[in-house]
Amino acid sequence: MLLLKLVRRMGKTISEKILSEASHSDAYAGDIVVADVSFAMAQDGTAPLTIRALEEMGIDRVWDKEKIALVFDHNAPSPNEGVSKLHAMMRNWGRKQGVILYDVGSGVCHQLLPEQGHVVPGSVVVGADSHTCTYGALGAFATGIGSTDMAAVFASGKLWFRVPETLLVSVNGKLPEGVYSKDIVLTVIGKVTASGANYMAVEYEGDTIRELSVEARMTLCNMAIEMGGKTGIIAPDSKTIEYIKEKLAENQYQVFSSDPDADYASMLEIDASDLIPVVACPHAVDNVKPVVEVEGTSVDQVYIGTCTNGRIEDLRIAAKVFKNNRVKALTIIVPASREIYLQALREGLIEIFVKAGAVVCNPGCGPCVGTHQGVPSPGYTVVSTANRNFRGRMGSDEAEIYLASPHTAALSAIRGEIRDPRSER
Amino acid sequence: MIRGKVWKFPSDVNTDYIIPGKYKFKTLDMKELAKHAMEGIDSEFAGKVEKGDVIVAGKNFGMGSSREQAPLVLKYAGVSLIIAEDFARIFYRNAFNVGLPVLICPGISEKVDQGDVLEVDLEKGKIVNKTKGTEISASPIPQFLLEVVDAGGLAAYYKKHNRFPWEKK
Repeated sequence: MLLLKLVRRMGKTISEKILSEASHSDAYAGDIVVADVSFAMAQDGTAPLTIRALEEMGIDRVWDKEKIALVFDHNAPSPNEGVSKLHAMMRNWGRKQGVILYDVGSGVCHQLLPEQGHVVPGSVVVGADSHTCTYGALGAFATGIGSTDMAAVFASGKLWFRVPETLLVSVNGKLPEGVYSKDIVLTVIGKVTASGANYMAVEYEGDTIRELSVEARMTLCNMAIEMGGKTGIIAPDSKTIEYIKEKLAENQYQVFSSDPDADYASMLEIDASDLIPVVACPHAVDNVKPVVEVEGTSVDQVYIGTCTNGRIEDLRIAAKVFKNNRVKALTIIVPASREIYLQALREGLIEIFVKAGAVVCNPGCGPCVGTHQGVPSPGYTVVSTANRNFRGRMGSDEAEIYLASPHTAALSAIRGEIRDPRSER
Repeated sequence: MIRGKVWKFPSDVNTDYIIPGKYKFKTLDMKELAKHAMEGIDSEFAGKVEKGDVIVAGKNFGMGSSREQAPLVLKYAGVSLIIAEDFARIFYRNAFNVGLPVLICPGISEKVDQGDVLEVDLEKGKIVNKTKGTEISASPIPQFLLEVVDAGGLAAYYKKHNRFPWEKK
């Protein structure tokens, strides 16, 4: 028995390997470790409480100003005086400390950190935002924490973690036309449910995943939290290296992958060729249905953007649909970062959006969190490429939010009703 | 010992229900924000909750965002303890960090009704339902988290000890 157990304990998941490395220990799922953090981020909804906690602790100097970023994205530009005051407080504190400031217009934190080279594969990254799990797409162990935990990280560069069990999602086969990584992850959440991966790492593998771009992989990892996951994670491959090579030197990162005999808490196998376009229906992310089941539902507003689907390939997909068309629903488009905005301008995508009658807002979180740039009216039906459709999420308790891929969202915008991308080829 | 009256909630209570985004970005005044506690799921809660009351909920309490305003507004509204079948992990950590204890207790929803009075020994994880005369066991809280709650939260702990609980003495 003992021998069997020893043999079984030899294999590790990628999450166990990264947390072992960062905690200088031999860690397995269930262990509590204190790990070194390679980069830490807080945004305008969470940073003010972090700064206040540091003041309460009496800490006036951060552990490493080059490894800390504050991002102004959730309410940017500020819609009211209260937010403006908190923005000013963040700027003042950030300048005094010398940490990295991504001010209004830079973009969404979860696009900026990978894009600007702050996400180091093989290391632990934390963010005071639940969608920090996005960076697992680069093979980092990245997870969301609260403001006071973040104050501890800003102070010491370390934090305690319970090493998570892993749900392994294997996706193999060719994705049908009109089906995207958003449809993969929504399908997974529909099967696993909103709490089915609680405390776990959600690891993706398989030839479908290898075919996906790093951006599309970010969409998968971004939504791990919507099943309760601690992180989403994908072992790096040549596409990952291609993505990071101009941002990081080879000696700056480590490539880990799970051992063949690693211990998984559960496994899910998906045949990509069976997948179809899906939506998460109101008011739960795990309320997932095929688009065809809700096709024809009248749509008042469409939002294309966010840390889930505001990247350049998402905008390209949308622009293809909008070209030479007019929107029938109020349509808001938000590039996830300034770089993406500039790229979209160079490619002529922004002109297509504006000519189609859409509203293009500055990089940031846009109307996702219900505070500005397009709060829907009560009774409105919204199709959004974001990650949450909780009642009240976008600022109205009586708006109905459907979550979809950029293709489904864009097509629904020009038709004024929910449409399956496969219905118009 | 914690003693309080029960407010019951279902599974999957998310952080947007606990404190909607439209309020939380504007201010750090938790007394002000506490007026909107649970507004997304029960608009009467904030007006009626009394100091010391206990929330009993189903699975996955606090799912969603990392906003620490969620446990903070419940604490400022007067809630002394949350007992749930289980918690979303960020909320679980945040609650202890702001000095609000939470207990994991599978099956609690079926053993407690709205308005029941509970007496809870946190260290032992022992819950006594005074209304029904029954006793329920919860998973014990890890020692270092109990110490954080005793201090009144992580910032207060650090101020008192000049180190974090996971750092060596």
